[in-house]
Amino acid sequence: MYENSREQVAKFINAKESSEIIFTRGTTEAINLAAYSWGLNNLQKDDEVLISLIEHHSNIIPWEITAKLRGFKIKYASVTSEGILDLKDFENKINSKTKIVCLNHVSNVTGIANDIKQLSKFVHEHGAVLLVDGAQSVPHMKVDVQDINVDFLAFSGHKMLGPTGIGVLYVKKALLQKMVPYQGGGEMIKDVTFNSQSQQCTINWNEPPWKFEAGTPNIDGAVGMAAAIKYLEKIGMDNILAHEQSLTKYAVDKMKSLNKISLYGPTDSSKCGIIPFNITGLSSHDVALLCDSYGIAIRSGYHCAQPLHQMLQLQSSVRASFYLYNTTEEIDRFIEVLKELQTL
Amino acid sequence: MSATDSYIARIEGTCGAESDIIVVLKFDKKDQALEKILKKAVLKSKIADMIYDLRFEEYSFRVYASGKIIFRGIQNKQTLNKILAELLL
Repeated sequence: MYENSREQVAKFINAKESSEIIFTRGTTEAINLAAYSWGLNNLQKDDEVLISLIEHHSNIIPWEITAKLRGFKIKYASVTSEGILDLKDFENKINSKTKIVCLNHVSNVTGIANDIKQLSKFVHEHGAVLLVDGAQSVPHMKVDVQDINVDFLAFSGHKMLGPTGIGVLYVKKALLQKMVPYQGGGEMIKDVTFNSQSQQCTINWNEPPWKFEAGTPNIDGAVGMAAAIKYLEKIGMDNILAHEQSLTKYAVDKMKSLNKISLYGPTDSSKCGIIPFNITGLSSHDVALLCDSYGIAIRSGYHCAQPLHQMLQLQSSVRASFYLYNTTEEIDRFIEVLKELQTL
Repeated sequence: MSATDSYIARIEGTCGAESDIIVVLKFDKKDQALEKILKKAVLKSKIADMIYDLRFEEYSFRVYASGKIIFRGIQNKQTLNKILAELLL
């Protein structure tokens, strides 16, 4: 069942082979796996990693840690005043020293999607590889790794109706051979032979993907994630995206009519189901707690993207987000609660 | 275990540049705690018996009927514990 789940994930993102699918605990561990197993073994002192300032901390910290271990340099591509990737700055910062570019597909703060297909072409023209944080895209739209031509794609089960503690790192086959495991034990080894003369152990790695899955695997997590994928596919990823975009437009149009609301980022219809905002005179946490009192779950704070908040000069923000199970009636209720909040 | 621990499930620092602190009351004690707080703090405004905007000494805070309290601008845990002790005991 575990291997069938891997097959299902591979088909879902149109990977060429199921061996390109490595199960992890989630997106964060997936990016850490790439940073340690690929980064530490392929990046040298003068190399550069290009990351955008829109990233979730999970796509910043693993690179900062490994940069300190290996001595390579990290460059940050800036954002526009709307919180989207500044393409001019991005183009200025990529060069022959850039070995990997790390970008999100969809921002977990603004809901804006990067044009990964276009960016991938550009990154590859410069001889670098591309890692994409797909935590906010894979659950919400059709993602075809061959079409967008990414080298690494990380995503989580719990953001796509699956269980927590399971995620995936997709790695293009050619790169799997350039990675060295950073966790040892369990299924990741074929054999360990003790040589009594040298008093050393000789280790023979297993083949990918098992080579990178140390310890007892999260079998129920993988099976749960595959079941979630089956469910999403039955509904249709295009239908899910259309539903979310329609809900987002519905909510944005209503929120725009409220006096004290500040919306951040572009509010056009291409936006995925995420709306960042603040209410004048109230902290983001007040807004979240008030909504919580009415049974509406939204998030407040930095959303693990503090650099983006710094760039937008925000102390914090509130984030309303939608998925396939949300309805316009729920948005109406949300708007009513926001109206009450304005009276505080 | 301090006396306020019987009312408080946990205390969380918020994520963001603001120095807000959220106090989560124990579910089975929240109504009792709310009653005590409302007796001691000054009510500034309220919405539908769900949100209470309060002041105690020089500190402003909001209490939510869901059992959460948000304190603003309190710099250290000692001050927070002192306020909570005075409100809840």
